[in-house]
Amino acid sequence: MFARFINPAAFRPAGGYGRIAQQTRFLATVEGSAGRAMPVTRTRATPISHDRATFTIRDGPVFHGKSFGAKSNISGEAVFTTSLVGYPESMTDPSYRGQILVFTQPLIGNYGVPSSDRDEHGLLKYFESPNIQCCGVVVADYAEKYSHWTAVESLSEWCAREGVPAISGVDTRAIVTHLREVGSSLARITIGEEYDADQDEAFIDPEQINLVKKVSTKAPFHVSSMNGDMHVAVIDCGVKENILRSLVGRGASVTVFPYDFPIHKVSHHFDGVFISNGPGDPTHCQETVYHLARLMETSQVPVMGICLGHQLLALAAGARTIKLKYGNRAHNIPALDLTTGQCHITSQNHGYAVDTPTLPAEFKEYFVNLNDGSNEGMIHKTRPIFSTQFHPEAKGGPMDSSYLFDMYIENVQRYKKNQAVYPAGAGTNKPNPLLVDLLSKERVGVHPSQPAENLAQPAVATQSAVATAA
Amino acid sequence: MERMGIFERYGVKVLGTSIKTLETSEDRDLFAKALGEINIPIAQSIAVGTVDEALEAAKGIGYPIIVRAAYALGGLGSGFANNEEELRNLSARSLTLSPQILVEKSLKGWKEVEYEVVRDASNNCITVCNMENFDPLGIHTGDSIVVAPSQTLSDEEYHMLRSAAIKIVRHLGVVGECNVQYALQPDGLDYRVIEVNARLSRSSALASKATGYPLAYTAAKIGLGHTLPELPNAVTKTTTANFEPSLDYVVTKIPRWDLSKFQHVKRDIGSAMKSVGEVMAIGRTFEESIQKAIRQVDPRFIGFQGDKFENLDYELANPTDRRWLAVGQAMLHEGYTVDRIHDLSKIDKWFLYKLQNIVDCTRELEDTGSLFGIKKELMMKAKKMGFSDKQIALCVGSTEDEVRARRKNFGITPFVKRIDTLAAEFPANTNYLYTTYNATTHDVTFDDHGIIILGSGVYRIGSSVEFDWCAVSATLALKEMGKKTVMINYNPETYSTDFDTADKLYFEELSYERVMDIYELETATGVVVSVGGQLPQNIALRLQETGGAKILGTNPKDIDKAEDRQKFSEILDSIGVDQPAWKELTSVAAAEEFAFEVGFPVLVRPSYVLSGAAMTVIRSKNELKDKLEAASNVSPNHPVVITKFIEGAQEIDVDAVASGGKLIIHAVSEHVEQAGVHSGDATLVLPPASLDQTTMDRVKEIAVKVAKAWNITGPFNMQIIKAQDPNGGLPELKVIECNLRASRSFPFVSKVLGLNFIDVATKALVGRDVPEPTDLMAIKRDYLATKVPQFSWTRLAGADPFLGVEMSSTGEIACFGKDLVEAYWASLQSTMNFRVPEPGEGLLFGGDITKDSLVKIVDYLSPLGYKLYVAEKEVKQFLESTAKNNVSIEVIEFPKEDKRALREVFQKYDIRGVFNLALARAKTVLDVDYVMRRNAVDFGVPLFMEPKVCVFPTPTF
Repeated sequence: MFARFINPAAFRPAGGYGRIAQQTRFLATVEGSAGRAMPVTRTRATPISHDRATFTIRDGPVFHGKSFGAKSNISGEAVFTTSLVGYPESMTDPSYRGQILVFTQPLIGNYGVPSSDRDEHGLLKYFESPNIQCCGVVVADYAEKYSHWTAVESLSEWCAREGVPAISGVDTRAIVTHLREVGSSLARITIGEEYDADQDEAFIDPEQINLVKKVSTKAPFHVSSMNGDMHVAVIDCGVKENILRSLVGRGASVTVFPYDFPIHKVSHHFDGVFISNGPGDPTHCQETVYHLARLMETSQVPVMGICLGHQLLALAAGARTIKLKYGNRAHNIPALDLTTGQCHITSQNHGYAVDTPTLPAEFKEYFVNLNDGSNEGMIHKTRPIFSTQFHPEAKGGPMDSSYLFDMYIENVQRYKKNQAVYPAGAGTNKPNPLLVDLLSKERVGVHPSQPAENLAQPAVATQSAVATAA
Repeated sequence: MERMGIFERYGVKVLGTSIKTLETSEDRDLFAKALGEINIPIAQSIAVGTVDEALEAAKGIGYPIIVRAAYALGGLGSGFANNEEELRNLSARSLTLSPQILVEKSLKGWKEVEYEVVRDASNNCITVCNMENFDPLGIHTGDSIVVAPSQTLSDEEYHMLRSAAIKIVRHLGVVGECNVQYALQPDGLDYRVIEVNARLSRSSALASKATGYPLAYTAAKIGLGHTLPELPNAVTKTTTANFEPSLDYVVTKIPRWDLSKFQHVKRDIGSAMKSVGEVMAIGRTFEESIQKAIRQVDPRFIGFQGDKFENLDYELANPTDRRWLAVGQAMLHEGYTVDRIHDLSKIDKWFLYKLQNIVDCTRELEDTGSLFGIKKELMMKAKKMGFSDKQIALCVGSTEDEVRARRKNFGITPFVKRIDTLAAEFPANTNYLYTTYNATTHDVTFDDHGIIILGSGVYRIGSSVEFDWCAVSATLALKEMGKKTVMINYNPETYSTDFDTADKLYFEELSYERVMDIYELETATGVVVSVGGQLPQNIALRLQETGGAKILGTNPKDIDKAEDRQKFSEILDSIGVDQPAWKELTSVAAAEEFAFEVGFPVLVRPSYVLSGAAMTVIRSKNELKDKLEAASNVSPNHPVVITKFIEGAQEIDVDAVASGGKLIIHAVSEHVEQAGVHSGDATLVLPPASLDQTTMDRVKEIAVKVAKAWNITGPFNMQIIKAQDPNGGLPELKVIECNLRASRSFPFVSKVLGLNFIDVATKALVGRDVPEPTDLMAIKRDYLATKVPQFSWTRLAGADPFLGVEMSSTGEIACFGKDLVEAYWASLQSTMNFRVPEPGEGLLFGGDITKDSLVKIVDYLSPLGYKLYVAEKEVKQFLESTAKNNVSIEVIEFPKEDKRALREVFQKYDIRGVFNLALARAKTVLDVDYVMRRNAVDFGVPLFMEPKVCVFPTPTF
């Protein structure tokens, strides 16, 4: 089924692993999907627009400015980030899918936009995913001319090429003050024509859409590590490149699965399970929550979750999540480690949080946000399961908490060693070379231009297909 | 103190960062070793003696390489090598000049970036702020134009350096605040640590003001054992101190140099700091921020602008205090492209592109041709880029007032934003404000209608912390009376710009435009212009007459009557107070005529200036023309006055407060130096030790008359000279200067007399609780205090150490004592910490031989057994022929051009003191007296330059 959404580039490997489906149980789901017509990737690019532009907050103020991105009108949830650096990283972070990103740092575009170069693992060097994820950008002062050794184009050119509208010359501090007071709001960027209040079209509420479904890979893909022989399954709710790099760089090859993949059924092939970050409301991902609950019931495999992954894990453990008034999106948020008393400055990007009092008895709160007291993580009292609301992989942001990856990798290693004792097991979870060869090496079918209607596949169908195949 | 065992002996516990850490960070070798342990690269230099060794060293360091020849003067034998071939040639050449060469990684054109880091004893560690220099590496951070936060660093670079800073601070074990400076490769990820300061530094003060994060407060709390997570964010009160401020504005710092105040000083800036102060400007575009900062440095700059340079390319390539002006000249007037300027200066193109925006906007304004050609959109664009009304007026040939009127007609006025450390993410009731045109809403409401106090602006020669003390004292006094206060100032080094001093703090320009903007926004009830020195004084009249603002205290029209020499003298004549003969300058011929009439020397002075800028003594007809022209250039809008200069007279300083023209309190201090040394450079004695009661009474009478004549309300200051009456009557008392504002000696007299003069003055300003007149000088005191200047000659390479009518000191020290000698010695020791020459050691004499001052000193010293030397035969003859005792003076060789040889001469003759009584500044660097003074300073030998001071300390030798 996944193959339906695979772009042409990914077609051959996808078709290929259909043939080996018999040998590998967990890939049975794609059987029979080969040969279907591929949806055409719709190009979003427009010429750069320097027209007047308007940023309108629903039931709120209207801001007039100047366009510097694509000539297209969009709407979405307006969120702000107080990060000082890292606009290419933020804009390509899948967690921002469907959102209009407001930068409080007034000067944006200074160092241009870097290339899509890849590192030794085949991961993007400078971006967190191949495309701009946010649907619009709002800044106070855009730098027409950039200066940086990594830059290959201007922010303006990039936005236009990616079809993302951008507006500058607006009072971003006033926007933040408004959002802080009324909470997250829907907003719209209109390019060109004068703003006309009467012509108040509908605001698209990304809340109503399962954003995770949009950003999650439509078929598994694999990233090999040359540094070690561990193998981790990553559930992709909108995974950032640097999460994959943080694992691969530490010696764990990763196979990345769609968000609704029944992970509990294949976890015995892996030395660890990892649940990624992602956009939106965690309660949209009921199937993931269900699979995770089964996973924790049936397997002792080490688990780590980040951001949305943390929320999903908490839901799976029986806790509840709440929507924050305006979310935490910054690179300067203090998270106190309750086990050591150490405080770390963390990178964050979330609109929902785990409701600490609802954490089940077998978990304890791991980190707490020192600014607003919200939950920043949980850890299992006896098992190697923990998750954080903040982003230890940074990109952008401080790398203070990257030690958490070391901790996870230690758990994975220990688990791997213990597993080796049981002869009943497969012996090793090393990735099958043929499989690695056949699997895609990057996300499948996640380009932002994928029409939403094509994605409205009932998740249950996938699940039952998997169940049948299993 | 640790090394001397003092801490151990008295059981003193050192709080915060340990002494061991401090030693590691200060000692180059220990530091290199410590950073090596954690694999952090530092800028290293390897000494080699052969070409092969050089090539070997370069292999380890990596190209490009810079080679410096050790012990070679003037950069001989130094150069850059990009590869082995070049290095082979270069090092071979260099080794012929010097036995040893230093091989270093060339960091030419690298970016300079610094981080302010805070760590507590529990190992929590944050970076409060990072800053980036406008100029590439090589200029002392205190002398650099700095922006915060960094603007040209990507996330990767920013966090690479941030992580390294934290790693270093943890490894060194800093507890408290620490500053880490880096050189960053402009086209790659290579970097070097340049310096780590494990203490609060100049940069910390800037970082505190730039972010609103109270670094010193936090460091002190950490020193007492608190941890970061438990300390609250002082701004929001609800969040924690363990966070990293997010800025939603951009800060530009520009240093203020006063190098033009000195002669022969080298203007290049580099590793030794030469600036005397700095300004900080806040904006929401870089253009807005830097243009504000430029005007703050000196109101005579209109914004980004050029200046005349002889060799523009050289100026661009070699940093001096005027490099930004060279960039302005190149871009605005010489048509240089960004690329060309970047090639010459290595300034990051991002900064240059932004400056190009200002240039383009200037052109756009000029092209409209007239004020009415400027449409609303263009006006808005210019204001968003930080153009002042005056700057726009200049572009279109209009006036500031007309531009202001048109701008307000368009409805274009600035908005007020808060600095809250969190980019508005959390509510914060901070009163730390700035204005910007890049906004559409205000962060604050304007319903307290407070009183605006204008601060003193940038520290410069003649205006330092004294005026800040005045501004803060006035603010506190107003608060005590229940008045709401609004402070305007832009100096990050001051107490007045702490956000808890006034009810509202505007970190803003002290220009007519901005003060009126704030006055109108706040609908303030009044403006205090008399406690911030000369800057507020200069705009007072315009604020009242053009802006219609209510000025508290003395009417600005009366202030004008004191600043304008013509009006000033007329009034003095009318109230029967004596003054030196004077004349307003109209032509050189008239000046000559005047000079011949009263006799040389004469004093030329422009009005409305502080610290005697361009004031000069003219001793002969030949000098007259040049110096007159120089003076009239300084403040073209105001007249230049020429007065008789009275030599050998004593000077008296009067600081006083009046209310409604009635004298309330006054303090009389006497100068130790003769009249002619600027009062800021003079040694003050309070209460006076040598003035008799009659003189004191007459001085008071003058103060009473002056207060009445100018109808003074508030603080004022007068300088009076006391000269012997040639006819043998009572000494003449002539008023030479009167400022209707607080002076730099207000804190001194307040502290000595135990009464806060500003407090009294503030009460007079608002007309409430004004105390009855008291004569503080009538009270007998069993102590006296002296105030002595602190000079920075050693820092200003080449500057001529000379005291005159133009002020050159950068600080001051006051000490108390039972009598004059005790107080004076205490203060002298505090400034110079010199050792008294002992009998048998050498003393060198030089200077003016037309008077007998030098002889008097010789007479005094010769019986004490010193060896006396001079550099010139004439001086020897003069001294030997006129001295009372039969003195023998030796003429020593005096190599004027070879510093090394001169040092040997000083050592050979064991010269431990230099007496040089200069009459005027040296005209050339080969002047013997200049060389003598300059090298006394450079060699750390006590230098005495004023006859009274020379005789004064000698009794204790």
